[in-house]
Amino acid sequence: MPAATPKQDTYNDKIVRQFTVMAVVWGIVGMSIGVLLAAQLAWPVLNFDIPWLTYSRLRPLHTSAVIFAFGGSALFATSYYIVQRTCHVRLFSDRLAAFTFWGWQVVIVCCVITYPLGITQSKEYAEPEWWIDILITLVWVAYGVVFFGTIAKRKIKHIFVANWFFAAYIITIAVLHIINNLALPVSMTKSYIVYSGTVDAMVQWWYGHNAVGFFLTAAFLGMMYYFVPKQAGRPIYSYRLSVIHFWALISIYMWAGPHHLQYTALPDWVQSLGMVFSLILLAPSWGGMINGMMTLSGAWHKLRTDPILKFMIVSLSFYGMSTFEGPMMSIRTVNALSHYTDWTIGHVHSGALGWVAMITIGCIYSLWPKLVGRKEMWSIRLIDTHFWIMTVGIVIYTVSMWIAGLTQGLMWRAVNDDGTLTYAFVESLKATYPYYYARAFGGLLVVAGMWMMGWNMFKTWQQSKQWHEQPVLAVPEAPTAPATH
Amino acid sequence: MSSAMSWLVILLAVINVVGVVWLLIVTAQKAPEDNDATATTGHAWDGDLVEYNKPLPRWWLWLFIGTVIFAIIYLVLYPGFGKYAGVLGWNQNSDHAAAVAVAEEKASTIMAQFDGKPLPALAADLKAQSIGRNVFANNCATCHGSDARGNPGFPNLADNDWIWGGAPENVLSSIVDGRTAVMPPLGAALGEQGVTDVTAYIRSLSGLSHDTRAAAAGGERYATLCIACHAADATGNPLLGAPNLADNIWLYGSDAATIAEGINYGRYGQMPAHGPIIGEQRARLVAAYVLHLSQQSGGASASAGGSR
Repeated sequence: MPAATPKQDTYNDKIVRQFTVMAVVWGIVGMSIGVLLAAQLAWPVLNFDIPWLTYSRLRPLHTSAVIFAFGGSALFATSYYIVQRTCHVRLFSDRLAAFTFWGWQVVIVCCVITYPLGITQSKEYAEPEWWIDILITLVWVAYGVVFFGTIAKRKIKHIFVANWFFAAYIITIAVLHIINNLALPVSMTKSYIVYSGTVDAMVQWWYGHNAVGFFLTAAFLGMMYYFVPKQAGRPIYSYRLSVIHFWALISIYMWAGPHHLQYTALPDWVQSLGMVFSLILLAPSWGGMINGMMTLSGAWHKLRTDPILKFMIVSLSFYGMSTFEGPMMSIRTVNALSHYTDWTIGHVHSGALGWVAMITIGCIYSLWPKLVGRKEMWSIRLIDTHFWIMTVGIVIYTVSMWIAGLTQGLMWRAVNDDGTLTYAFVESLKATYPYYYARAFGGLLVVAGMWMMGWNMFKTWQQSKQWHEQPVLAVPEAPTAPATH
Repeated sequence: MSSAMSWLVILLAVINVVGVVWLLIVTAQKAPEDNDATATTGHAWDGDLVEYNKPLPRWWLWLFIGTVIFAIIYLVLYPGFGKYAGVLGWNQNSDHAAAVAVAEEKASTIMAQFDGKPLPALAADLKAQSIGRNVFANNCATCHGSDARGNPGFPNLADNDWIWGGAPENVLSSIVDGRTAVMPPLGAALGEQGVTDVTAYIRSLSGLSHDTRAAAAGGERYATLCIACHAADATGNPLLGAPNLADNIWLYGSDAATIAEGINYGRYGQMPAHGPIIGEQRARLVAAYVLHLSQQSGGASASAGGSR
C-alpha cells in the first residue's frame, strides 16, 4: 500500500552538492591565481604595474582561496555527507546548514574583494579584517551546532572514526581562529592585534601550524576514513590504530608551531619543544597513512581500473612523504638550511596539492555521481587523465622547489675565507629562475586537471539533470556478521 | 620565566607524552580478534562500512617509541624543559657567537697581510682587490650596484668623478665615517621661473639642449645663489660634497624635471658610516677596490656610465 507508507526521511544532500560545486569552482579560481603568482615570480612584468595584481596582495588570496574556499568547501560538503551517512539521520538543522553555506561564500567573496585592496591584518592565513573574522566565527559556530547536533541525534551508538576527526577539527579551528584574531578595531579597514613582538609571532604560528594540523590534516583524514574504505569496498584496517593515532595526532600537534620560528627571538626552550614534538608527530601522522593504505590491501587489483583509487593511494603517499619531511625540516640544523627558501614552498605544496587536493578530488569523484543519481562519472578515462596530469604537475612542482630551495640555502650560507658571503642575494635569485619556470608549468598542469574535473562533473550532471534525494538508511537490527574473505 | 611557569610547561609536556605512550601500550595489547584474520569490530555504518581491528604494525610502534626516546634525550641535553638549560648548556646566541668567532679568526689571519700597506699599493694588489670586491658585494652593492656603477641618488664609483674627493684618504673617509650631503631647497628663493631658468643654465653647462634666453637668465641667478657651494665655474666643491655641474655626470638624472626637482626641494644624499659595521680593515680593502675600479676607467671623467 504505497499510500499508507509514511514519507520517508531523506538525507540533506542539497547542502552537500552546493559545497561540492563551490569547492571545484574555488579550486579552479585559487589554483589559477597560484599559477599567475608562479608566473609573476618567473616574469615579474605579469603584475602589469597594477597594485591589485601585485604578488604581495594576490598571494594571500591564493592561500586563502585554496585552503579555506576550496579545502573548506570540500570539508563542509564531505563532513555533512559523512556525518549523515554514519549517524543514519538527516542533518540537525537544514536552515543552519544553509547559513553555513551562504555565510562561508560571503566570507570568501569579502576576502576576494578586500585582499587586493590591501585591507588585511597581515597575519599569514589569517588575513581577513576583524568584521570578516566575526562572520567566520558565526558561520563556524553554526557549523559546530549542525555537526554536533547531528552526532547527538545519531541512530547508531558508535561514532564513526571520520567523525572524531571532523569533531576535533571543528572545535580546534574555532579556538585557534578566535584566539589568533583577537584585535582592537579602529575602523572597517584597520585593526590592531592584541599581541605584540615575539608573543604575536608565537600565537600566529601556534595558529598557523594547527591550521595545517587540524584543517589540512585531521579534517581531510576524516574525509579519507569514509571514502577510502567505501571506494575500495574494504573494511578499515585497524580500529586500534585509529584510536592511538587520533589521540596522539591531536594532542602532539598543539606543540609543533614553534618549529616555524627556529633561530629567531623565540626562547630556545620553546624552539626545542617545537622540534621534539614535531618529531614525535611522525608516527601519529603515519598512523593515518598506514590505516588508509592497508585498507586498500586486498584491493590492489582495483587500482588498474579505478582512477579514483589511484587519487586516494597517491594522496596517502604524499601525505606520508610530507609528514616525514615536516619533522625533518623542524630539526634545528635542517631548518637552518631550509628556512626562508623555496624548499618550504615545495614542502607545503606536496602536502597541499599531493595530499589535500588529491584526496579531495578522489572523494569528490566518488561522491558526485551519488549526488546526481548516477552510478559513476561521465568519463572514467578523463578521471584517469586528470590523475596523470595532476600527478606529473605536482612532481614537477615539488621537485623543482626542492632543488631551488637547496640551491638557495647552500648559496646563502656559502662563506669565503675572508668572512664575506660568496654570493649576493641576487645571484641566488638568478640561479632559481629555471625552477620558477618549471614550477609555473607544473602548476599549470594541476589547473588544467581541475578544468577537466569541472567538465566531467558538468557532463555527469547533464546525464541525469536531476538531484538525487537519498532516503535515510535504516540501522541494521544486529551488528553485521564479520566480513569474510 | 617564573618557576611556576617553568613547572607548568614541564608538567604539560610530560603529561602529554606519558599519556600518549600509555595509550600506545594499551592499544598495542593483544585483542581477541587477533586470532581471526577476518574479524571486524562488529560496528557497521552506512550499510557496508566496517572496521578490522588489526594489531599495530610493530615497525610503526617502535618508530613511535624511538621518537619519544629521542625527544627525552634531546630535552636532557638541550634547553626545552622550561628553565632547565640542558646538560650541554647550549643556546642559540652563544652558538652564533662561536660560529662568528671561528669565521673572524680565519678571516683575520687573511686580513693581517694587508695591514699597514698604503691604499695605492692595495689597489694594485690582486688579492686585496678580490677581497675588497667580496666586501663590496656584501655591503655596498645594494645601493651602488653589483658593478659599482651606481643608481639614481647613489654615485657611480667605477668612474673617475668624485663628489667628496678622489684621493685615497678621501675615499676611505667616505666609507668609514659616511657622508651627509645637503642641497637646500631653493624653490621659494628662486620662484617658478627662476627654477626653470637655472635648470636651463645647468643643462647648458654640460652641452645639453636648453633654451638660450632662459639659460642666460639662469646664469645670473646661479651667480647669486648657487655659486657659494658649486663654485663660479660650476666644478663643485668636494669639501662640501657639492657636485661638479659642468661635467655631464649626473647623480640624480640629467632631464630638466629631475634637475628642477633637486633645485626646488633640495637633496639629502646620505652615505651611512660603515666603520662601525665592517671595521677599518675591510673598509680599507673596499676603498682599494673602488680606487682600482676608477683607475681602470682610465681617468676618463666623463665616462658613459656617469651620464644619465
